[in-house]
Amino acid sequence: MSFILDKVSHRYSQGTAYEITALDNVNLKINDGEFIGIIGHTGSGKSTLVQHLNGLLKATEGAIYYNGQDIYDKDYDLRDLRTQVGMVFQYPEHQLFEETVFADVCFGPKNQGLPEKDCTLRAFEALRSVGLPEKYYYASPFELSGGQKRRAAIAGVLAMKPAVLILDEPTAGLDPKGRDEILDLIAETHAHYGNTVILVSHSMEDVAKYVDRIIVMNQGSVMLDGAPRDVFHHYKELEEIGLAAPQVTYLMHEMREAGMDVSTEPTTVDEAKDAILRMLGRK
Amino acid sequence: MGIVEAKNLVHEYITRDEEGNVEGIQVALDHLDLSVKPGQFIAVLGHNGSGKSTFAKHINALLTPTEGTLIVDGLDVSDENHVYDIRQRAGMVFQNPDNQIIASVVQEDVGFGPENLGVPTEQIWERVEQSLKSVGMWKYREHSPNKLSGGQKQRVAIAGVMAMEPKCIILDEPTAMLDPDGRKEVLHAVHKLNKEKGVTIILITHYMEEVVDADYVYVMDQGKVVMEGNPRGIFSQVDALQEHRLDVPQITALAHELKNSGLPIPDGILTRQELIEALAKIK
Repeated sequence: MSFILDKVSHRYSQGTAYEITALDNVNLKINDGEFIGIIGHTGSGKSTLVQHLNGLLKATEGAIYYNGQDIYDKDYDLRDLRTQVGMVFQYPEHQLFEETVFADVCFGPKNQGLPEKDCTLRAFEALRSVGLPEKYYYASPFELSGGQKRRAAIAGVLAMKPAVLILDEPTAGLDPKGRDEILDLIAETHAHYGNTVILVSHSMEDVAKYVDRIIVMNQGSVMLDGAPRDVFHHYKELEEIGLAAPQVTYLMHEMREAGMDVSTEPTTVDEAKDAILRMLGRK
Repeated sequence: MGIVEAKNLVHEYITRDEEGNVEGIQVALDHLDLSVKPGQFIAVLGHNGSGKSTFAKHINALLTPTEGTLIVDGLDVSDENHVYDIRQRAGMVFQNPDNQIIASVVQEDVGFGPENLGVPTEQIWERVEQSLKSVGMWKYREHSPNKLSGGQKQRVAIAGVMAMEPKCIILDEPTAMLDPDGRKEVLHAVHKLNKEKGVTIILITHYMEEVVDADYVYVMDQGKVVMEGNPRGIFSQVDALQEHRLDVPQITALAHELKNSGLPIPDGILTRQELIEALAKIK
């Protein structure tokens, strides 16, 4: 198992008149190799939660264990945690700073203390895996288009080969093709390396398509936790907290209400297609 | 005569080296022709780098054409004397709500535009009240903008534009950074302005679902209009859209897949209701 969160709470500005409870008694277990989606409306505590996982924020109450070790123990090396838990922030391209894309991608592994040669190899591997054309490797990051910059920034985190990869809204502002490409690439690296991936997203359709487990945050607590079909089964409760189910899930429920004998479980286009074909006896 | 008339519009971004010699020319708009009638709700689709935002910035004279003409409400944007008139008639809302709100109280932010136009004080307050009411933010008039959600901030930004009484509002990916609820709020407010006040809307977006209710859709690629028509016509062409790095609403995608599996389903299904009706006929 990789993470255990035990009664974790986080209060911003604790003890002042502006105290806000961003996380409220969260208990979670995240296993090695899971592909998890975290959803919740703005201010639900999603980003606060993931920032605890690499020690950027410290819980004001409760404990976090990574591979059995208490990360708040005074002998625990948080630097080590950060090299294992990689974080891709929102709009990560705003953090590109080196003179060339290649140097930027090397920055992470170099900071991990790897020898020059290994950094170079890692950078090549990461840039290749994000599908950035080679002609851009030695270009200034600022000459790239939005989607390419995003790839370069993600490559910078992949080059550190994190055991846990956290991505906060990695597709915001990208066109549909760019969005699919980034998510496909994350899914491919997950399939290839078996790393743990945690995807924070506003898109129910994306989450339904890619992840195995969804954690729904509301008012700093975990409201729902389960497989996409189980979570989206509660679409009415999700609506009450400003979220929704994928369009196809609504469709299946409405078909059922219209008297059609169809499963209401599908959350993706492919699942819905199969269910409808089965209903019509074509499969 | 349309409210926005682009004829052979060309815009080139020219990069120069230190001595001022031309290093490179990037053609962002390539002989674009487009015409928007007053009161229409227009959607503009296109992948990152297709020229959408460059075009949008011409409509309120933030950029001027390299070649060709753009007429906004009878005024030529190339004529410097018209700049302020054009900016009053065509208001712009950008992607990031945090970049467009300047005052520390909501109502003062909305009043900033008309104040700059030299509107008498009493009328400013009238306009502030009307615009905040029209986007459903009147009860937040005395709040601090930084305590609002993303969707609420965007509605304040729209109210700020409305207070200048423009004939046309251009929204450049106004929902890209919002959660599903925030997206809904903003879209609802924009449609209401279009229907009730007759404001011409030009909505640039990557969310196909937001396009379904538009009157007319333009698809841009490489600085040109490559497809145009009503949403049904556009979304009937699933394969062509994918070539331009776009996709279709999830329900349209499902209908397309079902059709490819041999079911007699018409092209261009846009809503769940339409798909259910088409499926009901099959049995």
